Amino acid sequence: MSERILRGEFFMSGDIACAEGALSAGCRFFAGYPITPATEIAERMAERMPQVGGIYIQMEDEIASMSAVLGASWGGLRAMTATSGPGFSLMMENLGLGIMTETPSVLVNVQRGGPSTGLPTLVGQGDMMQARWGTHGVYEIIALSPTSPQEFFDLTVRAFNLAEKYRTPVLVMADEIVGHMSERVVIPEEVPYFPRRKPNFSPGEYPSFQPDEDLIPPMANAGEGYHIHVTGLTHDERGYPATDEFTQERLVRRLVEKIRGHKKDIIMLEEKGVEGAEVVVCSYGISARVSLWAVELARREGIKAGVLKLLTVWPFPEERVREVASKVKAFVVPEINYGQIALEVERSVCGKAEVIPVSHMGGALYKPEDILKAIRKAAR
Amino acid sequence: MKYWRKPLDVERIKVPRGKVYLIEERCKGCNFCIEFCPVGVLAASEGFNAKGYHPPYPQNEEACTNCGLCEVICPEFAIYSLPRDGKEQEPHE
Amino acid sequence: MSQVEKTTVVPLKHPRESLLREERLPHIWCSGCGIGTALNCFIGALERSGLPLDKVVIVSGIGCTGRAAGYIKLDSFHTTHGRAIPFATGLKLANPELKVVVFSGDGDLIAIGGNHFIHAARRNIDMTVICVNNFNYGMTGGQVGPTTPAMAKTATSPYGNSEHPFNLPYLAAASGAVYVARWTTLHVRRLERSLTEALLKEGFSFVEVISPCPVYFDRMNRLGEGLDMMRFYRDSSEIAHGSDPRKADIELRGKIIVGKFIDMEKPTYLDFQQEIQARMEGEPL
Repeated sequence: MSERILRGEFFMSGDIACAEGALSAGCRFFAGYPITPATEIAERMAERMPQVGGIYIQMEDEIASMSAVLGASWGGLRAMTATSGPGFSLMMENLGLGIMTETPSVLVNVQRGGPSTGLPTLVGQGDMMQARWGTHGVYEIIALSPTSPQEFFDLTVRAFNLAEKYRTPVLVMADEIVGHMSERVVIPEEVPYFPRRKPNFSPGEYPSFQPDEDLIPPMANAGEGYHIHVTGLTHDERGYPATDEFTQERLVRRLVEKIRGHKKDIIMLEEKGVEGAEVVVCSYGISARVSLWAVELARREGIKAGVLKLLTVWPFPEERVREVASKVKAFVVPEINYGQIALEVERSVCGKAEVIPVSHMGGALYKPEDILKAIRKAAR
Repeated sequence: MKYWRKPLDVERIKVPRGKVYLIEERCKGCNFCIEFCPVGVLAASEGFNAKGYHPPYPQNEEACTNCGLCEVICPEFAIYSLPRDGKEQEPHE
Repeated sequence: MSQVEKTTVVPLKHPRESLLREERLPHIWCSGCGIGTALNCFIGALERSGLPLDKVVIVSGIGCTGRAAGYIKLDSFHTTHGRAIPFATGLKLANPELKVVVFSGDGDLIAIGGNHFIHAARRNIDMTVICVNNFNYGMTGGQVGPTTPAMAKTATSPYGNSEHPFNLPYLAAASGAVYVARWTTLHVRRLERSLTEALLKEGFSFVEVISPCPVYFDRMNRLGEGLDMMRFYRDSSEIAHGSDPRKADIELRGKIIVGKFIDMEKPTYLDFQQEIQARMEGEPL
C-alpha cells in the first residue's frame, strides 16, 4: 500500500498537509472527534486511512480519542489525534497518562479563539501555556509550532519521530490560519523515520521500564510476550505500582530529564538577521509569518531587527534566548493571546533586555504595522 | 458407604479422593471455603496466621473428593486440592 | 556434636498462580471481598478458553477491581478512571490479533466510563468487558455509584440513595452487546463457564459479577460480612437464562436474577472495516 502515500508538489491546506505528513511518517491509526478548525484532518484521515491500510475511528468524545490513541500505540501503531481548544482541555488527563506511561503519540491542536467555545472558526494562540502545564503533576513536554502548510507537514513528521525517540506524547500546536490556508506543499519520496526502540532482551530477563543510558526505556508492545504491566500510578522499573517518595523522585525526575537533557536534539529554531540585531522579534505559528514581513519593513527603515522563529516552543529554548538577550536591546513577542510565551522570554532574559509583548485576543491576524510599531518602540 | 441396593457399577466407579493444601499466610479468614465445601472437609483453626486470621484446616480430610471448589472460590488463592493417590505434592526438599 | 541440617522447603504453589504476579501477593482486597474470586474464575476461564495467552491483554480502570490488572501475569494496562474501554478499543483496532479484556468495577465502567461503555457496545468492538459490581465506589471509601440500589446507605448517601440504579444487563443489551450475562461470586462454576464463552465470543461481550463489599456497602447497609452476602446470593439469586434483561433490576435486599441474557451474532467493527479494505484493493487513488 506504500504507493498510496502521496509524493510530489501539491496545493493543499495546512490541515490536509498535516494528515498527509502523518501518513508519510507511518501513522496508521487516527482516533478523533470533529471540531472546527481541525475537522478537515479527521475527514482526510477517514478518507485516506483505509487506502493505506490504516484505521480511522471517530470516537464518542475527545477523551475517548486520546485513550484510543494511547491504546493503539501500545498495539504497535503510530497513532494520532487532532483537535482544538475545547477538545484539548478534555484530552489533558490522558495526555498525562501518555506521559506517565511513556507512550509515543501525537496530539495536534489547531488553536482557535478561546476561552470556552470562543471563536470556533477564527485564529487564536491561547493554548500555549496549557500545552506546557495543562495536565496535572510534574512533567516536561515537547510542542512544535508550524507557520505554514509545508511546515505543518514537516513538523507532523518530526513529531512522530520525536515521540518514538523520547517515548512521549508530542504536541503540534498549530492555529486556525495555518490549518485553513492553502499553499504549495512538497511531499518528498521518503521522510525521516525513527523506529521504535525494541528490547534486545528476552521476556522475563529485564524489568520493562528499566531505562537505557539516555534515560529512555526500550518499548515492548502488547502481544509480544513480555507480559508488561503499564500503569498511571507511580511505578518502579518493573512497571509495578510503587507509591512512595523515593520511586516518585526517581521516576518523575527521569521523565523530565529525558527531555530536558536532550534539548539540543529536540529544539528547532530559525533565525533571520539575529546576528547584529538590536531588536529581535521572537514568535511562533502564524504570528511568526507576519513578524518576518514586519522585520523586513523595519530593516528598510534602518532598524537592526531580526526574527527568532520558534519551531519548537516546548521545551522552551531559554539558553538561546538568554544568549541573544545579552546582545540586543529588546525582544518583541507578538502572539495571539494576552502574553504567554512572552512570559517565558521574560523569564529567560532575566532582565538583560526589554521584553515587549504584542497582544491580540484572537479572531484575526496582526497586520505587519502592529508589530512594526512595537519594533520601532523597542529600537528607541 | 451404605447402599440400599448395590449399584451395578460400584466396582468400576471410583469416588475421587483429594487432599487439601493451604497457603496459610495468604488466608484472610473469609470462611468461603469452610462454608461452601460440599462435604464439610474444612473448619476454622484455633491458631492464627501472621495477619491474625484463623485459616481453615482439614478437619475431615477423608471426605475430600477433590472437587476443587475451595480452589476456585478462595479470593486469596490460598487453598487448593490435588488427587490424593498418584503424585502427591508435599512440601519437600 | 552432630550438625542438624536445615532442609529447604519448596513453597506450595496454587494451580492458578502461574497467571498471577505472585510476588505482588497478598493482594490489597479486603477479607470477604469477592474481587479475588472473580479474578480466580477469570484465570480459570482463560485457561479453559485455549486462547494464546501471549495475545491476551487486560485493561482496567481505577478502583478496587481495576487493581486486578496489576496481579495478572499478562500484558496489562491500568489506565485512567473510566477510560479502559476506549484504550482497549485502540489496542484491538491497532492489533486485531490481540484478545482484549476489560476488567473493571461498576463505578469506573458505568459512571465516568458510561459513555464509552455504551458506544463500544454499540460499535460491537470485539472485546470482553467484565464488570465486578459491588454497588459502590469501594476504593475511595464506599460512596454512592450508578448501581447503588435506591434508598441504600453509602458514604455520600448517608440518608439513603435518592437515585435509581442502572440495570447493567439491560443497559448492555440495549446498547447492542452480543453477549450479556450476570453471575455472583458464589456461582463460581457457572461464572467460569460464562467467562469462557464471553472470551471466545466475537463482538462486545459483557459479564456482570455481583460481589460483596464487606468493609463498605455491606457494612453500611447492615448486610453482614462477605460470608453473609455469599449466603444471601445462595438464597436469593434466581437463575433465569434467556430472561428479559428489563426484569433484572436489583433492589436492596432483593432477589438477584442471574444467568445468560443475550447471546447473538452481529458483525463487529472490524468486520465492516475488512469489507471496506477489500473494496480498496485494486481501486485507484
